[in-house]
Amino acid sequence: MTAARQDATQDSTDVLRVADLTKVYALHSPVISRLTRGGARDGQLRALDGVDLELRRGEILALVGESGSGKSTLAKILVGGQTATSGSVHHDGHPMPAHRDRDQRRRIQMVFQDPYSSLNPRISVGSMLRELLLLHRVVPRRDVRAESVRLLNLVGLEEDALEAYPSQFSGGQRQRLAIARALAVRPDVLIADEPVSALDVSVQATILELFASLQRELGLSILFVAHNLAVVQHLSHRVAVMYLGRIVEVAETAELFANPRHPYTRALIDSIPRMSVGSINEEFVLEGEPPSPFDVPAGCRFHPRCPYATDACRTTDPALADVAREHRSACLHASDLDAFDAAPDPRRSLEFGSPTTADLERVATTTTVTTTVTTTKDRSTSA
Amino acid sequence: MRTSSAAGTAASTALSLLRVTDLRIGIRRRRGDDTVIVDDVSFDIAAGQRFGVVGESGSGKSLTLRAVADLLPKGVEVLSGSILYDGRELVGMPGAERRRLMGPEIAMIFQEPMTALNPVVRVGDQIAEGPRRHLGLSKRTAHSLAVEMMAKTGIPDPERRSRAYAHELSGGLRQRIMIAMAVSCSPRLLLCDEPTTALDVTVQHQVLRVLEDLCADTGTALAFVTHDLAVVNQTCTSMAVMYSGRIAESGSVVEVLSNPRHPYTRGLLDSAPDFDQPERQLIPIAGFPPSVTGRPVGCAFAPRCPFAVERCRTAVPPREEITPGHDTACFESERIFAGVPA
Repeated sequence: MTAARQDATQDSTDVLRVADLTKVYALHSPVISRLTRGGARDGQLRALDGVDLELRRGEILALVGESGSGKSTLAKILVGGQTATSGSVHHDGHPMPAHRDRDQRRRIQMVFQDPYSSLNPRISVGSMLRELLLLHRVVPRRDVRAESVRLLNLVGLEEDALEAYPSQFSGGQRQRLAIARALAVRPDVLIADEPVSALDVSVQATILELFASLQRELGLSILFVAHNLAVVQHLSHRVAVMYLGRIVEVAETAELFANPRHPYTRALIDSIPRMSVGSINEEFVLEGEPPSPFDVPAGCRFHPRCPYATDACRTTDPALADVAREHRSACLHASDLDAFDAAPDPRRSLEFGSPTTADLERVATTTTVTTTVTTTKDRSTSA
Repeated sequence: MRTSSAAGTAASTALSLLRVTDLRIGIRRRRGDDTVIVDDVSFDIAAGQRFGVVGESGSGKSLTLRAVADLLPKGVEVLSGSILYDGRELVGMPGAERRRLMGPEIAMIFQEPMTALNPVVRVGDQIAEGPRRHLGLSKRTAHSLAVEMMAKTGIPDPERRSRAYAHELSGGLRQRIMIAMAVSCSPRLLLCDEPTTALDVTVQHQVLRVLEDLCADTGTALAFVTHDLAVVNQTCTSMAVMYSGRIAESGSVVEVLSNPRHPYTRGLLDSAPDFDQPERQLIPIAGFPPSVTGRPVGCAFAPRCPFAVERCRTAVPPREEITPGHDTACFESERIFAGVPA
């Protein structure tokens, strides 16, 4: 709380601010402690371990991390579905109580990952929206239908959807319905938990475009939880990287990808499967797997997998600190990591004449074409 | 070590390990009006080749793979066509004979390792089962082979892990157990159904590397089904793009991704975010894939295709070769991609 008061000036730009947020799940069940053996000595799972993060007004902030990093827990706490063990959540400069009133709940809304299980199959789209609009007294009763149609149009659906049931829609359309439902109560923050990962590739782009346009046109602030970094890179203004219940790096999107200041972020970027022909990353493989949140390593929580780890990393737990303007990293060696090159291996690019958008466009419209079809990867045509 | 049992293999099939021709999969109806789910699918996989099949959900990519492994869901069957493995016809082959192939010749890796592993058998014993049955190894030899395989897939402390149960392992380790199990009898063809979709990116990267290394070491051919173009680009040498039960385009990965000749492939490339091109505008494909029962009469992609003409709505375009090894099933390919040298 003190943190928020100190930064009273920043509150005008931060629509949502969490300080030192911790979520501990106590495990009483002997079955679970038996299954996890020595790992659950104190019977505690630290899903969040001191998270500081702010969502600025009108921005899309991406939250990335592997499973078990706590990103969904953070989303649930922000939306009020879970209460934090300690720490604070401020919305518009006001602390959010553990139990929110109707208006406080209204202002932060959520879109879930799976549109097949997050819509009630037995309620028509019209009733779903009507219920919300009336409960939250968004519009007078006589305007409910008009407002419902406006919402549907907003997410790219037609009026005839009002009478339909969720089963009559495809995955992408269902996700549009889920977004319309979240927008019905006119929130100022949208929390989207992996909203495109359950969708087909060709449909993902339309939903991403919808999020971008909602942010642009309605000035919505969006926290976009994702694991696909290529998606994040396209959509978000800033990126926060989570590892084992803590934010380890935050920066503006371009800065984060061009100049990552945390070894974990580098590992994530190096693991992204590349789509451009010739851009194949196979130089760096991160050893090991994310450790269990039952048993967070001492010192820097990333050190057992970190190629740069030193003795200091094994004993000191680094805090998130400024490394550049608008760029924070929780790494003791953040300032002395060597320059990072996320670009494809120059050797390969050379062989391929580094195809870019422009190249692909040219290939498709005019004349140039990639020349040799042999590479170090020995790509052979089918026999 | 291996002797070809198919001595009478015709010259034309000598080069391919797996040759699928005009495969049609669906549900047979008494009254003759069969529901066709996969139609007219043909492809070749040569020994040691890594072949990727890309498609959205419902495109029939998994069914095609499952038809090869004889793991089609109840009620769904191969209606016509041929699946030639090393010169032997798999369609209509008696069950017992076919099961003998599974393991030493053909093996499969599934998307969700938790549901594909037996929860009450130690993972080491599950890996050893194949070698004991197919290679006739003793319990002890099979176990040490299992541990060796686990080490090969990069599982730390394999001896100890071999005594673990599936639930005690993380997703990445489980998937490696699946891989170890699949390659324990050194198959010549490894079928992978979205093997990394359930995994985190860093773990996906590790698992893909393991798969690639194993295949390179043993000369195993790979049939790799995924919805992720980037994963195919990273892993495979040739590929097919499936849409609504048919192959839209096929060829070498380099050819198809850098010089797509089907509007659907082009659309997929334009709509997927590419990490190497952050500034590029994503262009979504309008509409959504048709359901199995609601497929259009002509080209299945026509309703979503910006280039569709009258002919596309009435006839199904045949697959035509543009350059050797690069096929597309599009009437208008030449016009759409005009000026691009083939």
